[in-house]
Order: sequence, then C-alpha cells, then structure tokens
Amino acid sequence: MRVNFTVNGRPQEADDVWEGESLLYVLRERMGLPGSKNACEQGECGSCTVRLDGVPVCSCLVAAGQVEGREVVTVEGLADFAKQRAEGGGCASGACGTTLQNAQQWEAKGTDSHTGEGTELSTIQQAFIDAGAVQCGFCTPGLLVAADEMLERNPTPSDADIREALSGNLCRCTGYEKIMDAVRLAAARQSEAV
Amino acid sequence: MASPSGTPTKITQGSQTKGGIGESTLRPDGTLKVTGEFAYSSDMWHEDMLWGQILRSTVAHAEIVSIDTGEALAMPGVYAVLTYDDLPTDVKNYGLEIQDTPVLAHGKVRHHGEPVALVAADHPETARRAAAKIKVDYRELPVITDEASATAPDALLVHENRDDHHAGHVPHPNIVHRQPIVRGDVTAARERADVIVEGEYTFGMQDQAFLGPESGLAVPEEDGGVHLYIATQWLHSDLRQIAPVLGLPEDKVRMTLSGVGGAFGGREDLSMQIHACLLALRTGKPVKIVYNRFESFFGHVHRHPAKLYYEHGATKDGKLTHLKARIVLDGGAYASASPAVVGNASSLSVGPYVVEDVDIEAIALYTNNPPCGAMRGFGAVQACFAYEAQMDKLAVKLGMDPVEFRRLNAMEQGTLLPTGQPVDSPAPVAELLRRVKAMPMPPERQWESSEGADVRQLPGGLSNTTHGEGVVRGVGYAVGIKNVGFSEGFDDYSTAKVRMEVLNGEPVATVHTAMAEVGQGGVTVHAQIARTELGVTQVTIHPADTQVGSAGSTSASRQTYVTGGAVKNSCELVREKVLEIGRRKFGSYHPAWATAELLLEGGKVVTDGGEVLSDLADVLEGEAVEVEAEWRHRPTEPFDLRTGQGNGHVQYSFAAHRAVVEVDTELGLVKVIELACAQDVGKALNPLSVLGQIQGGTTQGLGVAVMEEIVVDPKTAKVKNPSFTDYLIPTILDTPTIPVDVLELADEHAPYGLRGIGEAPTLSSTPAVLAAIRNATGLELNRTPVRPEHLTGTQLSEG
Repeated sequence: MRVNFTVNGRPQEADDVWEGESLLYVLRERMGLPGSKNACEQGECGSCTVRLDGVPVCSCLVAAGQVEGREVVTVEGLADFAKQRAEGGGCASGACGTTLQNAQQWEAKGTDSHTGEGTELSTIQQAFIDAGAVQCGFCTPGLLVAADEMLERNPTPSDADIREALSGNLCRCTGYEKIMDAVRLAAARQSEAV
Repeated sequence: MASPSGTPTKITQGSQTKGGIGESTLRPDGTLKVTGEFAYSSDMWHEDMLWGQILRSTVAHAEIVSIDTGEALAMPGVYAVLTYDDLPTDVKNYGLEIQDTPVLAHGKVRHHGEPVALVAADHPETARRAAAKIKVDYRELPVITDEASATAPDALLVHENRDDHHAGHVPHPNIVHRQPIVRGDVTAARERADVIVEGEYTFGMQDQAFLGPESGLAVPEEDGGVHLYIATQWLHSDLRQIAPVLGLPEDKVRMTLSGVGGAFGGREDLSMQIHACLLALRTGKPVKIVYNRFESFFGHVHRHPAKLYYEHGATKDGKLTHLKARIVLDGGAYASASPAVVGNASSLSVGPYVVEDVDIEAIALYTNNPPCGAMRGFGAVQACFAYEAQMDKLAVKLGMDPVEFRRLNAMEQGTLLPTGQPVDSPAPVAELLRRVKAMPMPPERQWESSEGADVRQLPGGLSNTTHGEGVVRGVGYAVGIKNVGFSEGFDDYSTAKVRMEVLNGEPVATVHTAMAEVGQGGVTVHAQIARTELGVTQVTIHPADTQVGSAGSTSASRQTYVTGGAVKNSCELVREKVLEIGRRKFGSYHPAWATAELLLEGGKVVTDGGEVLSDLADVLEGEAVEVEAEWRHRPTEPFDLRTGQGNGHVQYSFAAHRAVVEVDTELGLVKVIELACAQDVGKALNPLSVLGQIQGGTTQGLGVAVMEEIVVDPKTAKVKNPSFTDYLIPTILDTPTIPVDVLELADEHAPYGLRGIGEAPTLSSTPAVLAAIRNATGLELNRTPVRPEHLTGTQLSEG
C-alpha cells in the first residue's frame, strides 16, 4: 500500500508498504530516518517515541497505515520543531506544533555532522549533552522527544513530574540521574529565555 | 561495493571543547547522538541488502533427527537457507576461551534458543516467515539444570569428549572449571571463633539488557573477503573467532565498529557476527541481521546465577577468624567466560576484609540452562551479595553496628588477598564506609504533602496501593572489591596509533584505536589525554576498526586504564618525535632546545619554566608524526590450581553503598528512596563521566536486588520471560537519587593514578538494598532478586 503523511514538517509518501509494517519500520527503513530506535518492539522501552499529531507515541506500536494524512515529528526534526515553537511565542499562545503552512516550507538545514560542533540544537538536546545524560545514546532519541513534549505542557516540572513523564523510557546506562539533571537544566534555560 | 550508509566517520572535537584530563569535557559523539544522526549497528543500510534471520531451538536439550529447509528455500524473496552442513571449513565452533559453541547446531542442541539454521531474504518479515517454515525434528533428552543433576552418577554429559585445558583438573566433565583457594589453617582459626555464622545464598540470573539489540551488516568484498560493521566489545577477539569459520585469513575479514547501544559484558561473546558473514558470502549481497528483544534474550550470555555457601567466624571483639566458602556458578550450555568468572568469584570471595584463614572453592557447571558469561562485576557481584549478608548477620550476633563491624575488619594497603597477593595501592575501605554513612539521610515521609499523599513517592507508585499504611523504612550498607583488567596471567595489552600534523595552520592530533566505545565515554577520555600530552585543542577520533592493533576488551573496568594508557604512551612517543623535529629545525636558535625539559602546551613547545620556544604549527610544518605502539600494564600470574595462590590481579576498585528503602510490608512492594555511593576512583579523568558510570552501575545493582531475573523453568530449562514486559529493568520511577562521594587516591602503578571504575558500584548496590529491606522487615532474605511473595510470606511455587 501507499502511505502519505507528514514527517518533520515535510509531506512524505511511502510506497509498497506491507500492511504489517509499523510506523517505526517505515521511518527507519523507508524514509532514511533511523534516529527513532527499535529496542523492544512492544511499547515497553520508549526508544522509538515520536510525536503523532503532537502526542508522544511508541512508533513500534503504530501500524504504518494509521498515520495516513497525519503529522509525525521524530528526533531528527526536534531542533527545528522546538525552534518554530519558540518563534511562535511558546505554548501559552497556543502556537505549539507545526502549522500546515510551515510544514510545507520546512527544509533540512546543512550541518556539519562530522563534528557536531556548531549544530543548532533544541534546548533539551543541548541540555542532554551538557548534563552528561548521553552514554550509549540508544535511549536518547525517545527520551528527548518525550522530555520536550513534557516541557511543552509543563515548563516548571517537579522531580516527581519528570519521573512520571519519562517512566515509559528505559535507559540502561545512566541510572537516570543525569537525565533528571538534563531536564531540570532545560526547564531552567527555557524559563530564562522567556 | 560502495560504503553502506551509517559508515562511521572521524569525529573532530576542539573548536568548542578544549579540556584535558581532569575536566568534564563533553562527549565528541554527543551532538550526533542527540540529533539521531549517530549510526548504531542496527541503523546500517546498504542498497540491495538482504535481511538475515536465525532459527533457534524451541527445546533446551535434544538430538536433531532431521532438518527440512525445502519449503523455506522455495519462498519468493528467500536467497539462502544455511544449516551446519553448509559451513565452509572444518572449524565449526567458536568460543572466548574454550571453542565449544557451535556456529550452527550439529546433531544436538544444548539450550533453549540455540541457533539451528539461517535465512537471508529481501524483507525481514519474509526472512522470519521462511525461518518458521524450516522443519526441525527434535528427540528430546533429559535436562541438566543444577549441580545435583549435573553431577549425578547417571548424568548425561553436556559436552562429551572434552579436551579443553580445564578438562584434566575438574572433578566431573559437567564442571567447566574449579578453583580452590586454601590459605592458613581454617580448623585452628575456627577454634578461636566466639561466633559462627552460616548462610546459603541464591543469586538469580541477570541480563545485561543493553538497549541496542545485537545487530550488524556484513558486506562481501571484491577480493573474496567480507567487511563487517558490528557492535561488539572487542573487535580483534571477534576477528580471531570469525575468520577460521569462514576459511578466510584475518586480513580478508575487515571489521569496523558501528554504533554500540550498551554492552555490560553481553557483547563479549559472538552473537550474529559469523551468521551475517556466512550469508553475505553465500549470497554475494550485503546482509543485515538485527535481533529483536525476544531474540536478544537468547542471543547473548547472562550473568551466572549462583548458589553460595558461606561460613564465617568472629571473635567476640569483632575480628573475623576464618571463611569457608563454596560458590557454585551455573555456566549453562557453553563455557563462554565461565573459567575467568570462577577465578574472580573465588579470589574475591572474601571481599574487602582481612581474613587470613580460608578454605574456598568455586566451580562453574555445564547445564542445559542458558549460557552465562560476562556481565558487569563478573563473579565478584555474586560473592559480594553473600559476604555482605554474612557481615550483617555477624554484626547482629555480636551486637555491633554493621558499619563499625565492617570497618574493624576492612582491608588496607598491604593486606594479603586469600591468593597471597598483597594489595599494593590504596584500599580505603573503612574510609568509604565512613563517608557513605556520614552522608545526610533523606527526610522521612517524603510522600506527605498539603494535598495528601503523593503516591508517586510511595511503594506501588501510581498504582495507588498505599497512602503510607504499612510502609516501613530500612537502611542498609555494603562495600565491595572488584579487580580491574584481565587477570590470571592474561597478556592484557592495548594498541594506540597517534598522528600529529598541521591542518589549516593548526596542530591536530588524530587518535586511532580499536577500542569499542559502548557508551562509557572512552572516546571522550582519549581526546582529553591527547590534549594533555600533546598541547593541542583539536583532536580527531578515528573510527575503531581492525586496521590498527588490538585494544583488548571494553570490559573488566579496563579501557581507561589500558587503552587510555596506550594512548598516553603513544602520545609520549609522538611528543619525543615532535621535539626531535623541533631540535633539528630550531635547535640552533635557543639553547633550551638542548638543555631544558620540554613540554607541549597550548599549541606551543615550552620549557618546564614556561618559556615559549616555538609554535607547534611551525615545528610540524610540512611534517607529520605518527606512532602506533602497544602498551601493557604489570604482568599477572595464574592461580595455582590446587591452592589458588598467585599474584593474579592487576588493580582493585572499591565502592560502598548506603541504601534507604521503604517497604509496603502488607503487599511486599519496595521503593528504594536513596542509594548513596562512595567510591575511590584514583583519578577522575572526566568527573562527569565518572558519576555516570557510578550511577549507572548502581542502578543495575538495584535492578537485580528487586526486579531483574531471567526465569528458567527447572523442568524444561526453557526461558519464561524473554521480553521487557516480563523481564523488568529499573525505570526512572524505580530509580532513586544517587548521591556520590568520589575519593581520588592515586594508584602509583596506573596511568595518571587512575582506577578502573565501571564495575565496583554494581557490586555493593545489591547487598545494600537487600540489607535495607532486611532492616525494614526483619526477614532473612537469602536470595536476590527479592520478589513481593518473599516479603509477604505468600510464597508462590518456585519459578
């Protein structure tokens, strides 16, 4: 079958999709977007978290056909997504998410992926690097999408709020302490920026 | 063929990050990892590639009567189906130490999930369906599942006709290796004891549960060789095992480290490496294999479950008299790292205490349970669980404070291990205990708020099982000792190639090693070492591959020590060559070139007095310096097979924990409130990464205390919970705050005085949590993990 949907603001078309394929498979193997990770294929680990019409979901549990006509944001589009949100005046103005018009104008920016230095990042991405929240990094994409969504809803989370919001994302390396630090850091930086 | 997408590239760091050792510089791969651009082995992609699938045994112990691949081969989209009969050479087994593991089963399977056949197809689902169409006829055999069934007079042999180097000294062919350690006179020492404490302890089977499942891409090459992009812990060890099976010389099997999603010991053994290469060479096409989580539980070895029998004595003034210990590790169907785990478990069975009279025995069994091998802590974890439970029991019996009792018996620099080896670097065991005890306690009843109980802070959490009723707090302590590096006479070297040149007018160092970066931050530290030693800011980390000499394994807490040591050594050799060039070019301009101690700092050659002699860019103009050199730590010796005596270890790592738990005693639910840790790290090369290692290791110890266990049916030896739905690892809700107190007492034998740090926190975390639960409930709790029924007395049937 053919599936039409928007990925990181760009209309996309996937052909020859087998009915049993997940959104995760289509993103990784057909769209060239392997940033969303496959670690359990049963919605337990959160490594494949993406936003589907703004809602964080495990893309391994979404059948590809279910995303027809809908909007998906993955870790690859997170920096631009956050930038547009900030330029739109933040969530309090109701301008969260990507408008159709913006989506149609979205383009990948040239960045130096060899060094990474100088790449424009969202607040939560930079905070994960700065706080030491990345080790092997396999859980990182899913955590970033989930944490960014939480900060959009709740810009001043308590520790208990952070733990609750990220409880669907397993990490095996860090013991979560540096992830807590990163989310606190991102919240503080976002509140300073407002 | 063209390079696949996801091929790792050099990463240059320095325009923003400048720090040398001791600074918390950020990961060079951090940006790639937060943008989703970092390519893990499962992200590798090649035009025209096929997907490989492995058919695994559905039973644990059986003869294979027949295999019928006809229907699978006939499926559209299937390119190859391989069985044992298709293996190209006489080498059909592999293994880390003992080559007892079949690449594909031949006539017999020895554990649930053993690889039987391979499929390559154009879509992963096609490959899965084709594998399901292979018909295997098994004739089941009785299963060997524990010591009694392994050593019974009529026991079947898991491996017949053993000829490995342990076969001659084990008391039974179903015992992989046995290591006794005898020192002093236990009988006489026992006479001096005023109290004797015995215990029998059970340690469950833990899984590494790294998040990035086993995966890789094998690309056939024009010269008949193959290029494997792989997530592993040790490229050269893989290479040594892969090449003979393929019938290729090692230089025709190129290996490049792809992104690794965690390891924790689970990638020391081969998984899909040979299988992907066989399929690629057979089909002439690139073949990718990616395990799903279910298969991952069958695709790597686990931590050895263990039974530990301990007897300690102490005098009434609190001095340990003796230890009698027997440790039985279940190695499962294949040897993997079992012999070395036995060496660790026995030699570290006393813990970080002074006990001069010991009678110790550790064995690993061959059974039909899942194979067990390396996992973070490696034999020392199981022992620590037992000896720390014993320390608490002794303290109770003597009416002493458990921390004071431990401090009274703590080892120090100069203490002899039961192997007779002196601990010849700082051993601040008593100090770590003092520090962890002195840390502030978390406040009581944290769940109370003005709006009533915040159930998120309580056992059971959002399940809303209590608002504080039946909740009891407990506090427990533990301390442990872990060896660093490969022990028992192993030639544990590493290799580093360091190049220095001028690019765009600026001096740049390139570090090339085969070190497996599995998340620990070795690449961060290598850049720091190069900056410190060579005075540059720009450092390029070359992808790890087999085009440079072996770096040894990313395990045993050894990489910062050994490959860090190799990078430091090669940098020093490069520095000498750079200074030679400088003397040749500029020596006549300043006498200090010949007379002073010269350093490379801030991109310049300076004297030890701080005088600038030249820019590095001028020295290196038109010249590049490159050195590849091996580096070794102090040699070790094997343990005597009869007495266990010998200088077997390189270095030790010590950590202590204090656990604070709250237990819903009615429902048997545990919430760990805080897990404080104090650890000596020798020298923190990157303090932020050090904390990450300690907190991560602590959390894995917490996992096996209260939730993590692979459950194997004792009747069938089949795994009952191979998924993240049924095998639970700690979430962010299960994990408490982990305050860390880092001590830096230099080990003069190690580069920069550093200590390997990755494993020690995994040891003491588990017994500290258990001690806290015992403290809260008054229960004896001789097994880990603790399940609710152990706390409520509503014991379910075993398994």
